Amino acid sequence: MHGKPIANTRSVMGIPTAKLAVYWVIGSEIVIFGGLIASYLMHRLAHPEWAFDAAHTDWRIGAVNTFVLLTSSLFAVQAHHYAHKGDGATAAKWLYLTTGGGGLFLMFKAYEWSVEIGHGYTITAAPFWSFYYTAAGIHASHIIAGMIIMMFIAQTAKKNEELHRVENIGLYWHFVDLVWIFLFPLLYIAK
Amino acid sequence: MIERLVLPASTFAGDIDFLFWFIHMMVGGWFLLVQGMFWYLLFRYRYQEGVKSQYVTGKEKHLKRWVNIPHALIILCDVAVIFFAVQVWYNVKQVLPEADATIRVVSQQWAWSFVHPGEDGELGTDDDIKTVDELHVQEGSTYHFQLESRDVLHSFSVPVFRLKQDAVPGRVITGWFEPTKAGVYDIQCAEMCGIGHGIMGARIHVETAEQHAAWVASNKGS
Amino acid sequence: MSEPASVHHDHGAHDDHGHDQSFVSKYLLSTDHKIIGLQYLLTGMFMALFGGFFPYVFRMQLAFPGLSVPFYGVVSPTEYNALITNHGSVMIFWVAMPVLIAAFGNYLIPLMIGADDMVFPRLNRLSYQIFALSAVIIIISFIVPQGGFGGAWTAYPPLSANADYNLTPWGSTLWLIAVAVEFVAFLIGGINFITTAMNSRAPGMRWFDVPMIVWMICIASILFMASVGPLIAGAVMLGFDQNLGTHFFDPKAGGDPILWQHLFWFFGHPEVYVVLLPATGIVAEVITTFSRKKLFGYKTILYTAIGTGILSFFVWAHHQFIAGIDPRMANVFTVTTVLISIPIAEMMFLFIGTLYGGSIRFKPPMLFALSFIALFMIGGVTGIPLGASGSDIYLHDSYYVIAHFHYTFFPIAIIGSFTALYYWFPKMFGRMMNETLGYVHFWVTAVTVNGIFIPLFVLGAAGQHRRIYNYNHFAELSTPDLQALRIVATVSLVIMLLGQFVFLFNFFYSMFFGERATKNPWKSCTLEWTTESPPPHGNWPVDELPTVYRGPYEYAVEGRDEDYWPQNVPN
Repeated sequence: MHGKPIANTRSVMGIPTAKLAVYWVIGSEIVIFGGLIASYLMHRLAHPEWAFDAAHTDWRIGAVNTFVLLTSSLFAVQAHHYAHKGDGATAAKWLYLTTGGGGLFLMFKAYEWSVEIGHGYTITAAPFWSFYYTAAGIHASHIIAGMIIMMFIAQTAKKNEELHRVENIGLYWHFVDLVWIFLFPLLYIAK
Repeated sequence: MIERLVLPASTFAGDIDFLFWFIHMMVGGWFLLVQGMFWYLLFRYRYQEGVKSQYVTGKEKHLKRWVNIPHALIILCDVAVIFFAVQVWYNVKQVLPEADATIRVVSQQWAWSFVHPGEDGELGTDDDIKTVDELHVQEGSTYHFQLESRDVLHSFSVPVFRLKQDAVPGRVITGWFEPTKAGVYDIQCAEMCGIGHGIMGARIHVETAEQHAAWVASNKGS
Repeated sequence: MSEPASVHHDHGAHDDHGHDQSFVSKYLLSTDHKIIGLQYLLTGMFMALFGGFFPYVFRMQLAFPGLSVPFYGVVSPTEYNALITNHGSVMIFWVAMPVLIAAFGNYLIPLMIGADDMVFPRLNRLSYQIFALSAVIIIISFIVPQGGFGGAWTAYPPLSANADYNLTPWGSTLWLIAVAVEFVAFLIGGINFITTAMNSRAPGMRWFDVPMIVWMICIASILFMASVGPLIAGAVMLGFDQNLGTHFFDPKAGGDPILWQHLFWFFGHPEVYVVLLPATGIVAEVITTFSRKKLFGYKTILYTAIGTGILSFFVWAHHQFIAGIDPRMANVFTVTTVLISIPIAEMMFLFIGTLYGGSIRFKPPMLFALSFIALFMIGGVTGIPLGASGSDIYLHDSYYVIAHFHYTFFPIAIIGSFTALYYWFPKMFGRMMNETLGYVHFWVTAVTVNGIFIPLFVLGAAGQHRRIYNYNHFAELSTPDLQALRIVATVSLVIMLLGQFVFLFNFFYSMFFGERATKNPWKSCTLEWTTESPPPHGNWPVDELPTVYRGPYEYAVEGRDEDYWPQNVPN
């Protein structure tokens, strides 16, 4: 099929529909991560002995990754800034940089996990490690999904089309960042 | 109402039967009243040639009364139901009366094993009596049970006692009952536990003091 | 609220208006919300054939244990467990949700708010495709080696988490994947519904001019979205437990099986209201139309729905009173559970109040809507002894529970769907359904349902537990009296299932040979009746999208000749 299907283009609420939908997506993601984090916290508070396993996480890599993600969020803000001004080409460049930040995050993560698995801390090693890999894994899958979508949006933004999408992917990216801000202290710092 | 279907055979069976009866009387009355109103309105306001329906918004005070007053009364009934429910629950599940004896109930796919204290009345001694799918208790004594599971969730249910408690692997859950009528009754597993769930039954033998003493004596050293 | 923006249309960009589309692009890959709604509807009806066949098999086994069931054969315990598990799962996730929310939500929301389509039509198509995939997976899960999953629709671990316990390694994993994929489909669909209803209302349509069913489907979608998240996380954990060897729910290695129960019921109880609310919305539309009355207290009904939705997040542990949770918690959850009777009773009162002063026409859709009220009330009042902790000790996991929730779910999922089908059939297919067959179908369904479930109340009160394939293994349950009750229930079920063939015949016959329907056969006020039956792609001609001047239920307004005043007619 070519062209666009019939779609309603009103915005009665005064908020662009796509942005409204992104807010609802983030709302539904909050409860997914909320359920996961609440389950983890309930266990963690009931089992002080998990601190022994938690002590074997590498908080330095976690901290570097936090810094990487925060920086990439800053790039996303820049992309939105230029998209807002109508400069799609520059916005696309900032989106590529944001994607690069996500890639760097994943590389650090891959290194960190391979070291940990090398030490025998696999997903089945202990309940703490199960939560550690599951929570970080679900988060990483969101990073990957965000990176893929961002590459597509950068392609269209380059041609100065659909620039409102730059802001929407930015909102999503900030949310993924925020989840990491919760996960980092819970998985790395709490000992 | 339950007592006509299943014999009540524990001290708290009567309380639960009363609660069941009380709630049913209460909701049953409301049910009949509301259904009566419903059918009356259906008949009274059926389509009739030349009769137009009325324009009613639901804001008219004299009509809203018909919804608001029953609604307030329902809240009162709710309070009564909560009061009796919590009272029964408190006595059955929240407090543990002093026990005359303690038994262990161990569930697994798909059988029950029971550990009775022997003649010394203590669990964990040499004269404990272990049985499978057969529990022996004495009429008029208060029992604590320690419920365990070896594999998946099970549920220890004795309908004549009105007693039910899930067994959770990794935990020991303590509860109590006091049988009041001698006889042999069913124990059912009430939580889905795999393909043998449908055959996971056992029998509880409620015995008089003499019968029970004789049973304990006959199982010495088993 | 801001002023509705004017409709912007770039007609040249639409290519779906062409008349020479192939069958595939018109019916299978369409982005038209009406076609997607019909896809959901027919898929849901197809799945209902499975969900309806299963109880036939296991009720026959219960009535005549050990005998060969016609059209099936002898039922083994493994098969029995798989049948009951998948009856529950299929009926809730693949019948009630797709039909009540997705089919009618898709079909009706754009039409009733005067929009030409959803805001994200391609996302909408994707939602159906994901849903169809989940339906295929659940069907496959039933025919894999070792059979379908048999750990009950609640899938409590450790039974569901470990193949050594459930003996169905394939079935349990596929079941879990199917449910998780289905959740994703409904999250996508729900976001589409909510944004469409928020952003695409016709000019002049204020919040309280929105028809009740649109409100209800949106509230239900929000409830679903807010409750399902933890269970999605839980499903990932359970999937890892099943296949990677983690121990989230395995107490032997530090996990906790009760955690799953919390995650499941935190979703599971709001889920009841996720399907209930659309059904009440359908009933609101139908009783107003056929009693020619304004809804008695539109705003109050809306607030009771929102109140029920909020309260439903605080009642979940009433499913776990005796599951080993702290007994003090049961008191809190008894209070919240009994309190939920307050908004729901109010809503039922207001529906009954709507009948007052009406001019009630007992057409088939109206009969179904009325039987919803009458039957749901039984389901409602029998929830109280279960929500009250003290009596739940005895009734938990007994047939009383089964009878109770079928008296809620049957009116919701089955009666509610039939109400909507009979009512909107002329709009969907441009033809009228046969009324006589409709009456036959109604009376068979509404009478036999009592024959099935009233005996189950008695059996439950007699101490019969759920999910047991042959009661002859229990001395107290193998009496002739109780067996007679089981046979009554089974016979009623068979009659009811046979009655559904009347409907199926009527549905497909009328689709092609029924009397032609006019634009507005029921003389209803809402916007979907102002366009053609069936509406074209785009719903209204591009420059004739309706403008709204009043609320959706202006029947019998004083001083007008006609007894209805459609929403789009200028003052």
